[in-house]
Amino acid sequence: MAEVLAVIIDGVIYSSWLFITALGLTLVYGVMKILNMAHGSLYALGAYAAASLGGRWLAAGHAPWGSYAVLLLAALTVGLVAGPAIERGILRLMYGREEIVLVLATYALFLILEDVIKLIWGVDPYFFSEPYGLLGSVELGGLSYPLYNVALLFVSVVTGGLLAWSLGRTRRGKMLLAIIHDREMSAALGMNVRRVYLITFTLGATLAAIGGALTSPTVAVAPGIGVEVVVLAFAVVVIGGLGSFAGAALGALIVGMVRSCAVHYLPQVELFSIYVAMALVLIARPKGLFSGLEPRRI
Amino acid sequence: MKAGVSLKKGIRRARSRSWIGGMAAGVIALAAGAQTPAKVEAKPVKIGLVTFLSGPAAGPFGVPARNGAELLAEAINGGKLPAPYATPGLGGAPIALVFIDEAGGPTRQVSEYRDLVQRQNVDLVIGYISSGDCLAIAPVAEELKKLTILFDCGTPRIFEDAAHKYVFRTDAHAAMDSVAAALYVVENKPNLKKVAGINQNYAWGQDSWNDFEASLKTLKPSVQVATSQMPTLGAGQYGAEISALLSSTADVIHSSLWGGDLEAFVLQAAPRGLFKKSTVVLTAGEPAMFKLAKQIPDGTIIGARGSHGVFAPDNELNRWFRRAYEDRYSIPPSYATYHMAQALLGLKAAYEKAQGGSRNPPTAEQIIASLEGLSFDSPSGTVKMALGKGHQAIEGTAYGTFKLQNGQPVLTNIKRYAAEAVNPPEGVKTADWIKSSLKRPGS
Repeated sequence: MAEVLAVIIDGVIYSSWLFITALGLTLVYGVMKILNMAHGSLYALGAYAAASLGGRWLAAGHAPWGSYAVLLLAALTVGLVAGPAIERGILRLMYGREEIVLVLATYALFLILEDVIKLIWGVDPYFFSEPYGLLGSVELGGLSYPLYNVALLFVSVVTGGLLAWSLGRTRRGKMLLAIIHDREMSAALGMNVRRVYLITFTLGATLAAIGGALTSPTVAVAPGIGVEVVVLAFAVVVIGGLGSFAGAALGALIVGMVRSCAVHYLPQVELFSIYVAMALVLIARPKGLFSGLEPRRI
Repeated sequence: MKAGVSLKKGIRRARSRSWIGGMAAGVIALAAGAQTPAKVEAKPVKIGLVTFLSGPAAGPFGVPARNGAELLAEAINGGKLPAPYATPGLGGAPIALVFIDEAGGPTRQVSEYRDLVQRQNVDLVIGYISSGDCLAIAPVAEELKKLTILFDCGTPRIFEDAAHKYVFRTDAHAAMDSVAAALYVVENKPNLKKVAGINQNYAWGQDSWNDFEASLKTLKPSVQVATSQMPTLGAGQYGAEISALLSSTADVIHSSLWGGDLEAFVLQAAPRGLFKKSTVVLTAGEPAMFKLAKQIPDGTIIGARGSHGVFAPDNELNRWFRRAYEDRYSIPPSYATYHMAQALLGLKAAYEKAQGGSRNPPTAEQIIASLEGLSFDSPSGTVKMALGKGHQAIEGTAYGTFKLQNGQPVLTNIKRYAAEAVNPPEGVKTADWIKSSLKRPGS
């Protein structure tokens, strides 16, 4: 019984981390039809900014509790600077082209940003582990879990909830849904599609940076941390159906639970368990669990 | 008289010629001195040097190895090393390094290797941290007949599954790390009943765990394995693995995690009390013990893949090496740096032995013949090319127990193991040796 509880808790914690990192990817795809390969780099930029700003904050002798605000501030700064810069500077010039061109452009951007990160921060790892232990731990089923993980779960539920609410209940959200459904028609009805694109990409970049910033206290922030993440986030988004928020939540939960089961019961298959789950879902539903019917355009 | 005048003229001409010649030689020497040390005049030995300059392995291993190579090449060219390497260059010839990034996987490395050999015409190649890259490069080196020294990769399969003429490895293979870890654990944990492991799911992690498990089964057959966790390389998040390890209630947890994976594991496992519940053995933990001194709990067992870093002997060569490296890079050299030193010093020893006292550059065949079975000094002690028909090194190793003393990380209870006690003899495969002949020292 204790082991089943551990499997569920570990699965939910991992899912919440995955959901935060995958949300921006699915948002950008849903609205802009861009599979943003640079998502991992924005995640890495968030982690680096958080680790270096947080390190300075603590080195200056400020209150450790403030480091949570620093994490958020770092992520917002990265998102609000890099998001508009990439959208206005690169993506804007390629709208209307085939999806693959944009995939290649964002892949190129990913490679460039990986080197930019090395130019700024070097190759040595950065550590900013204080926020991880600051909240203390909780005993669940005989195992100790840092409360930071519970906070991560809270953040992912709140972020997902806020996004779902603002899409379904607010005027701007409904406009966004209309653009996701039919961009040309929305533009014809007078919606400022370009502005929506700018806001969406900035939001997606900020979500990626928040994912990186929140992960930074638990890892060594070193070159390449965004690579594994973008692969996992992609698996989550594909399982759920590209562009679907509910799908991303369910995809994250499936991946988290499958991985947790594998680690606890059959560790040798952990390596490919996630991808087996992904393959099974795609056999049953080739466009993911939450893919809607595509209207035929005339 | 006439003869006398002509003689004087001749002397004057000769003097002026020698004066002009002297000036010219001086200018050339000065010009050369601006770029390479003036002591060395022979044609440079061009070495292709392959190490991770990007990706997750660059920070902990690749860049420290490159730094070590640059430092040593300059010191060798300038004749600044202590004995027995005090003569400048490789028998008078300066070293010229061509760096290549090891990132990108074995397929890319094979094409980079071909480019180094066939287009850039290097005299030899030193490189490779990843076992996968070493396994891919070795047959290509044989095909192209190019002397290649593997400096850091761990898999024993290179020389146990094939014989090579042009390929050498100047550091011990990975079995030593796990065998010595098992010896240390058995010696220091007399009540050991249950072990668990967390190792990356690729050649290095799998081999490390298999060798550790097999060594324990031979040394103490009653030991049970609770769980063997095999996370993906670069996984980063280890919550579920840590839960499984905590639930396993193992006395000892073995881990060959390295770099960012090791650091993330320590950061996530220590707050959850894993290191208090079980004794954790980090076979590649030495580079992390300085960076994470405050996070690694006391009692953790640390290794350095040989007598490197904090385990290195107090000899003239090591004192010089540490001081020069710290002066230049402001951090102590890690074990990858020591492995690089072994490759370059092994080459220098073999090159000069092949010259046999002359200043003529030896052929590749002569260098190969000298390096086969050679014993040479390194900052980590004596390295013996004892396995794989003289192509694979063995060296001693050590383990210690971590303690934070007055805010400084130190190792206590250091145990040293002779090369022959933790490496199989020539002609015997590691797995067979562990099963049949591994013994506790003194038993």
